[in-house]
Amino acid sequence: MTDPIIGTPQIKLLERLCNAVAVSGDEGEVRAIVLDEIRAHVEDARVDALGNVLATRSGSGKNRLRVMLAAHMDEVGFMLVNADGDGLFQFETVGSVDVRQLPGKRVWVGKRHLPGVIGARPIHLTTTEEREHKIPLESLRIDLGPKAGLAEPGERATFAASFHRLGPSLLAKALDNRLGVAMLIELIKHAPPNVDLLAAFTVQEEIGLRGAGVAAYALKPDLAFVLDCTPANDLPMYDRSENHLYNTRLDAGPAIYTADSGMVHDNRLVRFLAETAQAAKIPFQYRQPGGGKTDAGAIQRSLAGIPAVSVSVPGRYTHTACSLCRLEDWKNTLRLLYTALEHVTPALLNLEHVTPALLKQ
Amino acid sequence: MKALIQTLTETFGPSGHEDAVRAVIRAQVEPLADEIRVDALGSLIAVKRPVRDGGKKILLAAHMDEIGLIISHVDEKGFLRFTTLGGVPPRTLVGGRVRFLDGTPGVIGGEVLENWDKVHTMEQLFIDIGASGPKDVRVKIGDVAALERPFLDLGKRLVAKSLDDRIGVAVLIETLRQLKMTPHEVYFVFTSREELSSEAGAAAVAFGIEPDLALSVDVTSTGDTPKGHKTDVALGKGPAIRIHDPGVLSDPRIVAWIDQTARKNKIPFQRQVSTFGTTDARAMQASRSGVPVSCLAIPCRYVHTPSEMVDMDDVQNAVKLLVCLLSAPVEI
Amino acid sequence: MPSISPFLKTLISVSGLSAHEAPVRQIIEDKWRPLVDDLSVSRLGSLHGLKRGRAPASPPALVLLAHMDAIGLVVTQIVDGFLSLAPIGGVDARILPGTPVIVHATGNGTHQLPGLVVQPAASLLPPSARNDAVPLQYLFVDIGLPPRRVAELVQVGDLVAFATEPVELAAETLSGHSLDNRASVAALTVCLEHLQGRAHAWDVWAVATVREEVGLHGAATSTFQIQPDLAVAIDVTFGKGPGASDWQTVTLNGGPALGWGPNIHPALHKRFKELAEKLEIPFSVEIMPRGSGTDGMAAQISREGVPTMVISIPLRYMHTPVEMIAYPDIERTGRLLAEFVASLEVDFTARMAWDE
Repeated sequence: MTDPIIGTPQIKLLERLCNAVAVSGDEGEVRAIVLDEIRAHVEDARVDALGNVLATRSGSGKNRLRVMLAAHMDEVGFMLVNADGDGLFQFETVGSVDVRQLPGKRVWVGKRHLPGVIGARPIHLTTTEEREHKIPLESLRIDLGPKAGLAEPGERATFAASFHRLGPSLLAKALDNRLGVAMLIELIKHAPPNVDLLAAFTVQEEIGLRGAGVAAYALKPDLAFVLDCTPANDLPMYDRSENHLYNTRLDAGPAIYTADSGMVHDNRLVRFLAETAQAAKIPFQYRQPGGGKTDAGAIQRSLAGIPAVSVSVPGRYTHTACSLCRLEDWKNTLRLLYTALEHVTPALLNLEHVTPALLKQ
Repeated sequence: MKALIQTLTETFGPSGHEDAVRAVIRAQVEPLADEIRVDALGSLIAVKRPVRDGGKKILLAAHMDEIGLIISHVDEKGFLRFTTLGGVPPRTLVGGRVRFLDGTPGVIGGEVLENWDKVHTMEQLFIDIGASGPKDVRVKIGDVAALERPFLDLGKRLVAKSLDDRIGVAVLIETLRQLKMTPHEVYFVFTSREELSSEAGAAAVAFGIEPDLALSVDVTSTGDTPKGHKTDVALGKGPAIRIHDPGVLSDPRIVAWIDQTARKNKIPFQRQVSTFGTTDARAMQASRSGVPVSCLAIPCRYVHTPSEMVDMDDVQNAVKLLVCLLSAPVEI
Repeated sequence: MPSISPFLKTLISVSGLSAHEAPVRQIIEDKWRPLVDDLSVSRLGSLHGLKRGRAPASPPALVLLAHMDAIGLVVTQIVDGFLSLAPIGGVDARILPGTPVIVHATGNGTHQLPGLVVQPAASLLPPSARNDAVPLQYLFVDIGLPPRRVAELVQVGDLVAFATEPVELAAETLSGHSLDNRASVAALTVCLEHLQGRAHAWDVWAVATVREEVGLHGAATSTFQIQPDLAVAIDVTFGKGPGASDWQTVTLNGGPALGWGPNIHPALHKRFKELAEKLEIPFSVEIMPRGSGTDGMAAQISREGVPTMVISIPLRYMHTPVEMIAYPDIERTGRLLAEFVASLEVDFTARMAWDE
């Protein structure tokens, strides 16, 4: 078995994944790619009642842990909700999308990737006062061109594909979380033999972590790692003061979660990941504790409790038409996950890890 | 019991980091229980077995975690920015002291506000551990601190940090101690992670134990302070049945059971519908095929500040009531 | 008068606030007993009616979920004989002043005390509420009794339910409180009636769920217990009318609304749509871009996941005491559900897929 690497084929796969349309609740396009990629490497791959892809690849050693790896397939986007006629559609957002990111963007509608645009009133027709406020979602439309019958309410849409490379960076829509999906595919292909790898490519993460809990219930793992992409807000502060709200930073390696608005990540696993990275000389960072949620929140509280932690690739401008990450951060995240899998042992889950300093107090 | 409450409230245990307080509780319950275990998310489970078959499987949950702070950034001068674990009102923090898992102490300072009529937001606060620069700082992102404030014995009333919910923990330990015989299989559970909105600890516990009914034993805010909350619940008038809150509608059969048991045994109690907050009962009620739940609450002033206050009469009456509830058969 | 009318009017005339559904459950139990093979009550109080399928050897199972609980109020404090209130479920305080209610008093035996929600005079309110909407915390219920008598009879935690009488209006419509979601319980009953003497391969669980308005707990727990192969939630949705006209609304008396969105399995939506077209039952499609907010949301993520459908009856003025439905929509919904049940092949789930 060889270590997984990221080279040209993996980047090509990421491009295909990013350019696919898989808005929460309609993940079919990414699901098809995933099934195609993993089928030859797993004992079984099935699609469950919500559309999660669940796959098992058993190891061969003794005392193997059942390790769940989860990556959500869905992305934020839109659903057409009303046809105004003449190729114009009112739409709603699916997942957390900042409406200020929408005017002037190209979109793809439906399974056939019909091109469309979201326009805005010409500046000449706006007032100064109007320009001080954000353009409300209710006044925006997706325009497919003045022709009736091209699409119908209920169809999904998302930002048009935008994958490209720029120096050390990758730019695309939906890097959140096709980076995670691509990593999970690689980890399946190169799973170390000391664990039973239980892979979950989950659905509906962006609308409330709905796929992950169901997947955990089905897979019954001993512990879980969640692979995702998290915002890097490492830009200057408006007043040039020190930015202490960056969430994560590019070029600082994989971001290990400690706490978010949904959970405290399992501190045994947090420590294990950090120690693994240090030992293998893989750069890493802690994601700033704070708001946000990942699939780990749903997995942790599934069944009688599952120790879980999230590891994310830092990415700028997530949930917009074009996000940006560093190839090197992605590679290091995959390395960290693979190294961690190789070294994970049942002893890790010993719960009586009492800090000696505190007992003395 | 006061000594136990003091030890419990002065022990460290923010959500997800309950190792130290779990060790303290474990030492207390180990000699009293028929079985002890720790579940996958760190909750401590002490089982008291029935004298004969035929009783119910009853889960009592008191959360052992407390609200806390977690470091989000070490700045270029060595000050620590933080966010919270659980609901910590920023107005309670300025000038307060904290202690980290490794024992490091610190004080909380705030940026100078342009308008002193406003209170600090969390983002305007920081912890100062006396470092001259970032090189002196061993604390890192993700490290956790708890509020530090000494226990205060006012006679009938006690003041401490984390009485929410170490007082519930103390009530469960004392109930286990006093419960001589029970027809039920009783699970005394000290849950982890309650202060986070997901109550993952209780959810896992309820799934794992599959109880016939469950009670959370927690604190509830009173209305007996100047211009206080709109509730008649007061210190010293007995434990409160938290009938409704925004997350839990108690099972009416459980409420009737507690109400009638208290009346029959002449134990003072109060009834409450709370318009804010919730408890572990929320995560337990919809577990598996459903669990009838309610919450028995110790009235508490100044909840989620470093100086929470309870009345020992309420604490002892809560123990008495629980012992009565668990000593007799129940039909639900 | 449509044949379902007396039953529905009875349903909305009995109490059954969330977590306190026993009175309405009793009515439903009596109605369903001759229509199903087995009746039981779940641990949280949901009613499970099983109508067995004819498939040989353990037939697949379908649950039909209609919540029977209703929104209302609960007493938080008794102040000089006036009752202070908190909501049970989503109550808009602006519709309350002047509304007749029943207080289910338990302080000294049980009494049903009629009362009114009252709005204190402006001079008694905080400045912010003197000339604007009055938040619930400043409203009271007055039951017309002297304070001492009130304190004897009523205690904190007593329930307060709407008491507005049902009224039949023009064009086969009915107005009253709690039509959300007793109208769907009626439709589910119509479905069971249609199924009498009809062959169906699948086991059908008719479930009147509890606690939908406060967290979908009934649907979550009943689905967990029954472990069905498919789930259909029956609820109400916004009927086009005054104050509600955009894409989120459907036409009153326009037939059931077939849900579409992430809570819905596309193969189930397709089957319902094809059936409605074939049977010439009018319907609309309800677009649900995110969560449906119905029992279907909980059923879908039960255990390892359940393919789920949501079907809704158009209703105007949701969560007010004068909700309005059209009787034909109930009949159409019940019939469509029955036809769906009868149409299910034993291997339906094996052939359904997310992706065409």
